[in-house]
Amino acid sequence: MKGRTLARHGKEGLKNLGRNSWMSFASVSAVTIMLFVVGVFLLLIVNMNSFISSVEEDVEVQVYIDLGTSDEEQTELRQQLQNLDHVDGISFVSKDEGLDQLIDSLDQQSGAFESLRNENPLNDKFVIQAEQPQQTEQVAEAASDLPYIDSIDYGEQVVEQLFNVTKILRIIGLVLVVGLMFTAMFLISNTIKLTIVARQQEIQIMKLVGATNGFIRWPFFVEGLLLGVLGAVIPIAAVTGGYHYLYNNYAEQLSIDFAEILPTYPLTLQISAVLVGIGILVGIWGSVTSVRKFLKV
Amino acid sequence: MISGVVRGKYSTIPAVLPGICHLLRKWTTTTKNHLRVCLLQEVIVLIEMNNVSKTYANGVSALNNIDILIEKGEFVYVVGPSGAGKSSFIKMIYREEKPTEGSIQIHGTDLMTLKEKHVPFLRRKIGVVFQDFKLLPKLSVFENVAFALEVIEEPKDVIRRRVMEVLDVVRLKNKARFFPDELSGGEQQRVSIARAVVNNPRVVIADEPTGNLDPDTSWEIMDILENINRNGTTVLMATHNREIVNAIKKRVIAIESGRIVRDEMKGDYGYER
Repeated sequence: MKGRTLARHGKEGLKNLGRNSWMSFASVSAVTIMLFVVGVFLLLIVNMNSFISSVEEDVEVQVYIDLGTSDEEQTELRQQLQNLDHVDGISFVSKDEGLDQLIDSLDQQSGAFESLRNENPLNDKFVIQAEQPQQTEQVAEAASDLPYIDSIDYGEQVVEQLFNVTKILRIIGLVLVVGLMFTAMFLISNTIKLTIVARQQEIQIMKLVGATNGFIRWPFFVEGLLLGVLGAVIPIAAVTGGYHYLYNNYAEQLSIDFAEILPTYPLTLQISAVLVGIGILVGIWGSVTSVRKFLKV
Repeated sequence: MISGVVRGKYSTIPAVLPGICHLLRKWTTTTKNHLRVCLLQEVIVLIEMNNVSKTYANGVSALNNIDILIEKGEFVYVVGPSGAGKSSFIKMIYREEKPTEGSIQIHGTDLMTLKEKHVPFLRRKIGVVFQDFKLLPKLSVFENVAFALEVIEEPKDVIRRRVMEVLDVVRLKNKARFFPDELSGGEQQRVSIARAVVNNPRVVIADEPTGNLDPDTSWEIMDILENINRNGTTVLMATHNREIVNAIKKRVIAIESGRIVRDEMKGDYGYER
């Protein structure tokens, strides 16, 4: 295409926005509202996701070693565990260390459990991390067939429930975002369709004087793109500003011990990019699909 | 009357011309020689229809076995009662509609095999004028005419020059900055004619161009169309205007119930009052 023509299409697209200012306003508003809701949901979902991930990463398999296992046998067991599928890392926790951790976690002040130190009831153990949190159970089962093992613990019930909950949460989030996007696309393409119906005669005349379909489509393409970009401005400002404020003032209240809400940057930048992208996509899709109908003259 | 009689101003060329051309064309495609052999036809014939029929999806038959040959530079009236098929006939030419049967050639382009994406290039050879002008109300006279050149991507200076030339021809140079609703009906029709001819089409098709105009204004429009015709552009005009057809004697093609019932060199409007 000639540069002059491209400039013309840009100018036409811009002019059309102005000429149909009310319709443009309606479309931009629709995009704005949709992107705002999508933006808020994205923030929620991304945070939830990171929260879930950090919970999931805490899932590990505890392999308690038989009392009276020799050092060589321990090394052998470690080797065998290492060779299991999906094992990411293994660490050895001796029974003394284990007791320290236990006492620490139970109480720090009273010293009521210090007496346990005289006769340590714990076993030495290996702590295994699976490559994927979902593989924990598999690893635990495979490990249970090995020798020199007293017992295996990976919090069966808790882990299973946790994964079920996180799976459902993720699906709900995804369905919400996708559903919202489709609703918005429908809304916007309808709004744009209205502006195009009003310009049906213009398209008809363009066709009569020998404009190619591509030529007719371009200004609408530009217009849709601009609608998308304009519609993204307010949501981006609101979502970024709002999140920034939230993070700076309420980060502590919103955090649950090990899981914290994500920092403002680069998250808001990424979300802004996604919002502009969705806006442009929806705008272009809406206008190009609606104009297509009128090109079949 | 017999349909399909060739009665152009080159009346010395016998009526067998279409037949010969047809054969030659067949031969050229079989030998894969894309050079057009039928030079005569290239030079003289602008519109050729063979056995054209059009039946709409709902079963209504609009045209029936139309055979016609229109030469370059002709001025042709298309007359006939409403609903006789005039509009379908005209729409075939600028490929707004496609025949269900037969073949149409416009300036060497076969409309039956013409691909959808090449239709715009056909339309650039054809200027269309409507009864209701079809001007864009938000564009000035100049912009309305320039529109036709913009879409075919002419440079700005060419557009300016051509538009002013054409506005001069339709005597609206002094109203270039006006908007359509500030003009009279006759002036609006002149703008639409200017738009139709601004890219130097081979043929101007006017669908009842005087249908909405008073008699005086109608004569003005005819004056302009004749002028355009005198400069070599073929004009095809569907009309109900008896006075004009009877006063400005041109070739008359009469269509009734989808058939050509009359084709006369210097014909009358015909239908009795």
